Amino acid sequence: MTTNGDRPYTADEMMAVEAARRLDDTTVCFVGIGLPSLAANLARRTHAPGCTLIYESGTIGAKPVRLPLSIGDGELAETADAVVSVPEMFAYWLQGRRIDVGFLGAAQIDRYGNLNSTVIGDYEHPTVRLPGGGGAPEIALGVDDVFVMLRQSPRTFVEQLDFTTSLGDNVRVVVTDLGILEPRHGELTLVAVHPGSTVEQARAATGWDLQVADEMRETVPPTDEELAALRALETKGRS
Amino acid sequence: MIVPLRDAVSELVRDGDVVALEGFTHLIPSAAGHELVRQGRKDLTLIRMTPDVIYDQLIGMGCARKLVFSWGGNPGVGSLHRLRDAVENGWPRPLELEEHSHAGMAAAYAAGAANLPFGVLRGYRGGDLPSRTRVGVVVCPFTGEALAAVPAHRPDVGIVHAQQADRHGNVQLWGIAGVQKETVLASKRSIVTVEEIVDELEPRPNGVVLPSWTISAVAHVRGGAHPSYAAGYYDRDNEFYVAWDPVSRDRGTFLAWMKRHVLDTADVEEYRASLAEEATAA
Repeated sequence: MTTNGDRPYTADEMMAVEAARRLDDTTVCFVGIGLPSLAANLARRTHAPGCTLIYESGTIGAKPVRLPLSIGDGELAETADAVVSVPEMFAYWLQGRRIDVGFLGAAQIDRYGNLNSTVIGDYEHPTVRLPGGGGAPEIALGVDDVFVMLRQSPRTFVEQLDFTTSLGDNVRVVVTDLGILEPRHGELTLVAVHPGSTVEQARAATGWDLQVADEMRETVPPTDEELAALRALETKGRS
Repeated sequence: MIVPLRDAVSELVRDGDVVALEGFTHLIPSAAGHELVRQGRKDLTLIRMTPDVIYDQLIGMGCARKLVFSWGGNPGVGSLHRLRDAVENGWPRPLELEEHSHAGMAAAYAAGAANLPFGVLRGYRGGDLPSRTRVGVVVCPFTGEALAAVPAHRPDVGIVHAQQADRHGNVQLWGIAGVQKETVLASKRSIVTVEEIVDELEPRPNGVVLPSWTISAVAHVRGGAHPSYAAGYYDRDNEFYVAWDPVSRDRGTFLAWMKRHVLDTADVEEYRASLAEEATAA
């Protein structure tokens, strides 16, 4: 828990706010459940009301009031501009290159932004069988900009992925609970830390020798307006 | 045409069949899945883009030999523990996996519906997935571009849930339509469970109509998508998905749950009553 003046906020809220700030009024974005959905809906409720949210269940232009638990909640369809079938979603809309930004999460990331959401351990005899790639392999290469949201730890930010589920070619930013990583000279580099976090913490939470940008900055903490909009979404999500 | 679910399953689904139960978060044919468990179907190859609770149950009860899928989790909650136990520990039996991406699965269903041998897409590029699944390369005869080819899904039986059928067995579903139309059209035989039988189907926004002659059997199963939802009838039971996590973590707890709510119930009405009784007792 960190504070802006006297208002405490959580690491998740800082992550959602930093991701939301990267979306604008004309962005068309492919949204997953959890933090990406929170971030995209926050953008829509604050500075980017025209931002188009697409969930892979086929809902285009969804405007949920409550945060959905699944990508196919009824409210997404009820509030959408259009609802299309899943084959159409992936063929006409994603492969058709009509989507600007795609959010991805994963169990592991490497310094090139490649992601693993398939297995921990050997594929044939995994220690942990993860859910799998889902839409990620084609999202990763089918949008212009991939945003990754991941809590930073040596178990997650690894030297070597156990499995490469999706490629990092289009990863533009990784928003973590400690700061912001962006590709510089071909590898993810720390470019900012959140208030209350340090470069040393970020390096310690990374399984490779994390490079640090010359022009390091500190992210702006969530504003009162951002926190109010976030909490309205979260409160309604729990009801 | 319109028959009890029990009869549809016993006549149309055989041990060893390739079976696809589809429904993308919405309209998941859970009651039909429960009937497969009650009738003790085994050695099934189960296809589904997003195996969730109903596939966790089928796998945990030993009905499946192989799973063809693209994302296997409890949406918004976490892992499917029965799926994990089968893959990681071979319990109750080993489970062969054929793993795709969503785009690949969707293309494979669409190809099946179109009576083509494979689906084509710009996908499966790089990474480790292509070496672990059935995917090939085709070269565009016009541009020379190399594209991914996925073998068409042609299930023995496709099973979906819809909102309505008329008395002749014509079906309409609406809202999030997933890959249900493709599943029915790609399958050799098909079962559609519906919330309601009506005298006449009214056209709906985004309505998908499946004429009776594309379907092998329609069964009237009110509430047959629980814990998923049926737009216009009932909401998603989000609490059930959350509660499934601790039930499914432990083999014994899971088996007791399945006995009480599925094996010891005759149909969806008794299943619902049994869940209500448990909720009251708690």
